[in-house]
Amino acid sequence: MNRTRTRRWIRVSGSGKAGLVIVVVVVAIAVIGPLAAPHNPDVVAGLPYAQPSAAHWLGLDFLGRDVLSRVLHGGLTVVFYAGVATAAAYGVGLLVGLFAGYRRTWLEAVLMRFTDVILAFPALVLLLLLATAFGPGITGIVVATAIIQLPPIIRIVRSATLEQSVRGYVEAAVARGEGTLVVLRREILPNIARPLSADVGLRFSWSVLLIASVNFLGLGLQAPASDWGLMVSENRGGIASNPSVMLVPAAMLGALTLGINLLGDALAGGKQ
Amino acid sequence: MTAAATVAAGTARAKNAHPLALMVARRVLAGVVTLFALSVLVFLATSVLPGDAASAVLGRQATGPGLKAMRHTMGVDRPLVVQYGHWIVGLLHGDLGNTAAGYAAGGHVTVWSQISDKLSNSLALAGMAFVPIVVLSTLLGVFAALQAGRWQDQVISTVTLVPAALPEFVLGTVLLAVLFTWLDVLPPVSFIVPGANPLSAGITLVLPVLTLVGVTVGPAARMLRAGMLEALDADTVAAARLNGLSEWRVVRRYALRNAMAPTIQVFALIAQYLVGGLLIVENLFGYPGIGKELVDAVTIHDNLEVQSVTMLLAAFYVAVTIVADILVVIVVPKLRMGAPQ
Amino acid sequence: MTVTNDTVLDVTDLRILLNSGSPIVDGVDLNLARGEILGIVGESGSGKTTTALALLGYAQLGAHIAGGKVFVAGQDVLALDKKSLREIRGKSVSYVPQDADQALNPSLRIAQSLTDVLRRRPRDRPADLISLLAAVDLPSTQEFGRRLPHQLSGGQQQRVTIAVGLACGPPVIVMDEPTTGLDVITQRSVLAEIARLRDDEGVSLVYVSHDLAVVSEIADRIAVMYAGRIVEQGPTSTLLARPRHPYTRGLLQSIPDHRRRVRLVPMPGTALGLEDRPEGCPFAPRCSQKTDECAVGLPLLESVGEQHEVRCIHWRDTEPPLARATIGPRSTHTDAMVTLRGLRATHRGRGGTVVAAEDISFDLHRGECLALVGESGSGKTTIARSIVGLHQPDDGTILLRGKQLPPRIRNRSLAERRGIQYVFQNPFQSLNPQRRIGEDLARPGQVLRGLSHTDAKSEVGGLLEQVRLPQRVAERYPAQLSGGERQRVAIARALAAHPDLLVCDEVTSALDVSVQAAILEVLAELRDDLGVAMLFITHDLGVVSVVADRIIVLERGRICETGPTDQLLSAPQDPYTRRLVDAAPTLSHPSADEALS
Repeated sequence: MNRTRTRRWIRVSGSGKAGLVIVVVVVAIAVIGPLAAPHNPDVVAGLPYAQPSAAHWLGLDFLGRDVLSRVLHGGLTVVFYAGVATAAAYGVGLLVGLFAGYRRTWLEAVLMRFTDVILAFPALVLLLLLATAFGPGITGIVVATAIIQLPPIIRIVRSATLEQSVRGYVEAAVARGEGTLVVLRREILPNIARPLSADVGLRFSWSVLLIASVNFLGLGLQAPASDWGLMVSENRGGIASNPSVMLVPAAMLGALTLGINLLGDALAGGKQ
Repeated sequence: MTAAATVAAGTARAKNAHPLALMVARRVLAGVVTLFALSVLVFLATSVLPGDAASAVLGRQATGPGLKAMRHTMGVDRPLVVQYGHWIVGLLHGDLGNTAAGYAAGGHVTVWSQISDKLSNSLALAGMAFVPIVVLSTLLGVFAALQAGRWQDQVISTVTLVPAALPEFVLGTVLLAVLFTWLDVLPPVSFIVPGANPLSAGITLVLPVLTLVGVTVGPAARMLRAGMLEALDADTVAAARLNGLSEWRVVRRYALRNAMAPTIQVFALIAQYLVGGLLIVENLFGYPGIGKELVDAVTIHDNLEVQSVTMLLAAFYVAVTIVADILVVIVVPKLRMGAPQ
Repeated sequence: MTVTNDTVLDVTDLRILLNSGSPIVDGVDLNLARGEILGIVGESGSGKTTTALALLGYAQLGAHIAGGKVFVAGQDVLALDKKSLREIRGKSVSYVPQDADQALNPSLRIAQSLTDVLRRRPRDRPADLISLLAAVDLPSTQEFGRRLPHQLSGGQQQRVTIAVGLACGPPVIVMDEPTTGLDVITQRSVLAEIARLRDDEGVSLVYVSHDLAVVSEIADRIAVMYAGRIVEQGPTSTLLARPRHPYTRGLLQSIPDHRRRVRLVPMPGTALGLEDRPEGCPFAPRCSQKTDECAVGLPLLESVGEQHEVRCIHWRDTEPPLARATIGPRSTHTDAMVTLRGLRATHRGRGGTVVAAEDISFDLHRGECLALVGESGSGKTTIARSIVGLHQPDDGTILLRGKQLPPRIRNRSLAERRGIQYVFQNPFQSLNPQRRIGEDLARPGQVLRGLSHTDAKSEVGGLLEQVRLPQRVAERYPAQLSGGERQRVAIARALAAHPDLLVCDEVTSALDVSVQAAILEVLAELRDDLGVAMLFITHDLGVVSVVADRIIVLERGRICETGPTDQLLSAPQDPYTRRLVDAAPTLSHPSADEALS
C-alpha cells in the first residue's frame, strides 16, 4: 500500500477540553488552596454544623471548624499521595514490564504468576489487608496503593513491549548485537510511550479513588487531618442540617476523577 | 506398542474427546493454586507483620502470665508455620476460626457466627444490584453499539461516563443529599435487625442499591459496547450483509453470538466489582453487611477475623473468574472443540 | 461496449467517493455477458475492491456510492431502497469475499451457515445442502456439515464461501481475490473449480484480483484499473498480446515468468495515493509516451478493436511489449561462503514441539543467489533465522567462511554479525517509526563497522543511490514512505554493514507486482555489482526465476530437491517440485517473450 504523508492532529474533543479545565481547576484548588484558606482548618470556630454565614461561607463541620478552610486544605494530601503512589508504581512497573516483555526467561513466568495473584484480589480488600499489615496511617496506604497498581501496569507495559519486540527494527537491532538496555532505550521505549501515556491518567485517577476511599473508611489519614475523603465520612451526621459539609468535598473528589476520565477518554479516543 | 506409547495415545484420545473436562480441571487447579498463594499473602499481612495479636487484644493488660495464657488460648505461641497450617486446614473444613474481639471479651466467638447473617445481607444487596446492572448495561451497551457514531451513542457514552467516574461514596453522598436531604424521599441509614430477612429492610435498601447500580452500569455498558462494536465490525457481519441476510438475523446470529465471550467477561467483572463496591456502600449507609464488618474488623485490629473474611472474599473472586472462563469455553465453539485437523 | 440481450451485468459511470469527498472510483463502465468471466485487475489503491462491493450496492465505512448505474437482472441496484437491495443480494448478484476464514461465522457450523442462505430461495425452487456441497466439490456428508470453520483447511473454507455465493443461483457472482492467501497448489484447484462452474453451471463471474497472471488463466475478458478508473479492457488474448495502454504494457513487463527466465522491466515512479491524483491522466507522471496534452484533461475511453477499449490519447503509439532479455546462468565462485550441515530447528508451542526443519545441509557460494522455496510451514523462514542467529537450532552446524558460527547472536563476534544481514518481509514494521531514515541507515556502520557518527552519516547518500532512492529520503520518517520505498531502505540498511551474505525473507510478498519488479531488479543489480551472496526466501517461483542462481525446494522441513534455476524450473525431478512448478500461475499468453526464445 502506498502511504502518503500523514499529518498528525491531536484532536481533543469538547468533552476532553472540559475535562482538562476541570482537572486544572481542582488541582489548583488542592495545591494553592492551603495558601488561600481564610481560617485555620483545625480551630473550632463555633457550633457544629452551623449554617453558612458571611464569616464562614460553607458553614462549620461536625466539630465546629470552618468547612471552607478545611476544603481548601483537604485536596493536597490526596493529590500528592495519589501522585506519589502512581509515580512509584510506574517507576517500578515500567522497568519490570520492559524486562518481562523483552527477555522471556523463567523469571518472567514467575513474575507473571505473582502479578496474577495480586490481581486475583479485589483492590480495596487488598488495600485493607495491607492497612492491617502496616498499621493505620497514610504511609502504608500509599505503599499499598502503589503495590495494587503494579500488576496492571506491568501487564500493559509487558504486552506493549512484547508487541514491539517482534517487529523488524527491534530484531534488526538484536541482529546487530546491540545490548538489551540499548534496544530497550532506543527501539522499544519511544514506541510504547504513546499507548502508555493514555494509561497514566487512568492510573492516577484510580489512585485518587483508592486513597480517597480508604480515607473515607477512616483507615488512612486519621483525624484531625483535613482530607476530602475523611471529611465526607466524618460529617455524615450533618447530612440533614448542613449537607454542604459532606457535599463539597465529595464534589471536589468527583470533579477530579471525572475530569481525569474525560481527558483520558478524549486522548485515547477516536478508537470508536 | 510400548506401555508408555499406549498411555500417551490414550491421553491424547482423552484430550481430544473431552477437551472441556480437561480445561475445567486445569482452571480449577490454577484457581486452587492461586488461592493458596493468596492465603500466604493474607497470613503474612494479618499474623506476621502486625506483630503480637495477643498484646493487641489485651491492650494495657498485656503482661506476664496473663499474656502467656492469652497467647496460648489464641494459639499464637505455636510456630508460624503451624499456625498457618491450622488455619488452612480449618478453612478447608469450613472453620473460619475465632475472632480476636471474642478473646478480648474473655470467651470464644467464631468468625462464622459473627458474619453469617451479614454475609446473607450482603448477598441480598449484591444480588439486588447485580440484576439491574446486567440488564441495564446490556441494553445500553448493545443499543449504543448498534447506533455507533450517531447521537444516541454519544449521549449514552457521556451519560454513562459521569457516574462511572465518581468514587462510590461520592455518588452515594450526592444521592443521599438529593433523595434524603432535599427531597426527603428515602432514609439515610439502612438498618436490619440481626437475623432478619434482609428484604424486610424495604425502602432503606434503595439508596445502597441505587449507588451500586449507578457506579457500575457506566463502565459495564462501555465495555459491552466495545465488545459488541468489535463483533459488528468483523468481516463475518459484512459478509452476512452482502449475502442479503436480514439485519435482525445478522445482528443476532453473526454479531451478538460472537460477542458472547467478552460479554461473559464483563458480567464476571461486574460481580467482582460489586465486592469492592459493597465495602464502600455498606459503610456509607450503615448497612450491616460483610463489607462493613470487614472495615470494622480492620478498625479494631481484629486480625483473626480479617484473615478469614479476606480469604472468603478472595475465594469468591477467584470462583467468579473460573466460572466465567468455563462459560466462555462453553459458549465459544472453537475453544470447546479439539484442534483443527 | 454493445449491450446485448445476453448481458447479465451492465455498469455505467460508477462513482464512489470517500465521505470527505475524494474519489476512490471515478467513472467505471463494465459489462458482463452470460457465461463469461470478466477479470478486474488492479494494484493497491486502484479501487477494484470498492468497485466489486458496489456491484452489490455496498460501500465500506467512510465511503459512499455517489453516482452511476449498476444493472443486474433488469434492475438498477443503486436505485433500490434498502429492503429491495437486501433482497437482490445473493439472489441476483452475490459476493465471494477474500479472506474465507474471516468471513465465515466461527460460531456456526458449515451446514448452518449454508442453510442461512439456502432458506432465501423461492419456495418452488428449493435446493438441498447435499447438492450444494457437491457443486463445489466438498464432501456432502453430515459429518462435514457439522464442522466449524476452524476445522476446515484454507481451500475448503474458500469453497464454502463459494458455495454460499452459489446458494440462491444468482446470474452474477462477484469474487474478490478468492485465492489470495491460499498456497499455490490449493489455489490451482480452486481456480479449476471456478472454471468448472463457468463451464458446467453457466455461471457468469466477475473476478477481481491484483494478480494478472492468475486472472489471465481464467478470464475471458480483462479490465485493468488504475487510480479509480478502467484504463483498458478487452479480450484476454488481445490484451496480453497487444496492450494499448502504457500501464497495461508496464504491468505485463513487470510480471515474472518461471517458465522462461527473463529480466523484468519495471515502470518508473509509484502509484499515487488518493489525495495526490493529478489533473488529467493519472498515469502521466510515470508514462514514457506522455505529452503536454496528457496533463490537460482526462482521456476518454476509445474503442480500439473488437470489444477492446482504452483510455489513452496516444494509444496508437503504444509499442507492443518488449521481448524481455533472458537470464543466462551466471558464473559463480566455487568457494563456499556459508555451509549448513544437518541443521534441525524446532518450535516449542502450546501443543508440543513442532519440527520446522530437519537435516538441512547446503552450501552457499560467494556471489551466488540461492533461493529457498516452499509453501508456508516448509521451514524456510526458520532456517533463515537460524543462520542469522535469531532462532536457536536444536542441532547441526553453520559455517561462515569455514568457521563455525555460534548459534546465538550474543556469542558471535562483531565480524560474524556484520557478515550476515537480514531483510524482513513486512516493510511496514522493519523501520523504527520514531527515527529518520538517515539515522537508521547510519546505525549499522556505527555499530558493526566502528565508524564514527559523522562518517556513517556521510555514507548514507551512497547507500540511497545504491537502492535508487532520492537523497531527500534521508530526512524523512518511515510513515512518509510507501511500502516499496521502505523495503529499499531496509535493503540499504542491510548493505550499510558491508555484509558477505544478505538474507532476504519474502521481501516482495507484501508489495504490488510493479513495485516488486523494481525491487527485484535492484537486488539483481546489487548482486552483480557488489558480489554479495544472497539467500532468498520465497514461495513465488516467478520471483525465484528472476533473482536466483540455484534453488532448494523445501517441503515440510525437508529438502526435496536442489539444482540450478534453469534446470529445476524446466525439468523438475521431485514429484512435489513438479506439482509446485505446474501449479504456479503464469500469464497465459506471454507471446512477446516466446517469440524470441
